[in-house]
Amino acid sequence: MRYLTDRKLAEGLGSAKSGVKHHWSMILSSVALLGLIPLFIFTFGPILGAPHAEVVAYFGRPFPAIVAALTLIVGFRHFAGGCQVMIEDYVHGLARKVTILLVYCLSYAAMAVGVFAIARLAL
Amino acid sequence: MADVNRGNRPLSPHISIYRPQLTSMTSILTRITGNALLITALLIVWWFLAAATSPDAFATANGVLTSWFGDLVMVLSLLGIWYHTLAGIRHLIWDTGSMLEIGKAEMLGWICLVGSVVLTVLTIIIV
Repeated sequence: MRYLTDRKLAEGLGSAKSGVKHHWSMILSSVALLGLIPLFIFTFGPILGAPHAEVVAYFGRPFPAIVAALTLIVGFRHFAGGCQVMIEDYVHGLARKVTILLVYCLSYAAMAVGVFAIARLAL
Repeated sequence: MADVNRGNRPLSPHISIYRPQLTSMTSILTRITGNALLITALLIVWWFLAAATSPDAFATANGVLTSWFGDLVMVLSLLGIWYHTLAGIRHLIWDTGSMLEIGKAEMLGWICLVGSVVLTVLTIIIV
């Protein structure tokens, strides 16, 4: 007699794995970006092309700086998640793992650089 | 076992056999715009880093982003991000289980395509 329940025998054998969690994280970040992207477009747009001193003063204010930093953080997370799905569709085997790894490295590196730069402008 | 014929069984038809449809084209466009926006994001990160580094570095980055080529990239990025945003809203609507009928889904596709152009023009006028 086996002391395993039917559920225990079946768990982990499906194809979805952590797919639901991934999908939910994409929904969360997409809803956040729904607010952030218009805010970013209309705070970043007008200052693009202004002289250096004006840009530094502009991002010394809390609102544009916080919107820009949040947009980069949530945006790059959303990008990494979406790009991972694309890679999973078209790339296979070891190349898939390596590509996903590189995409996440690039996303978090760019996110860190952007947030550091904004913090330096703001403080 | 049911697996004896593995590798030699009929497969369901794939992308290449289907006539292009509005729903499939707007779907692939969501993926293309979303991933292409990486370039815009990296350019903007570069612009921020340059602004935080020195006026000289800023002059270079700002020069590239406001050149005619930079303007072209930014306008295409606006078109891309508004399209991706509208297509994202479309997915949030579909996730609730509504608007999935072919007619309504195609209408949403047209709204995404036309809406992104309208929003891009409005943004250029406002900004």
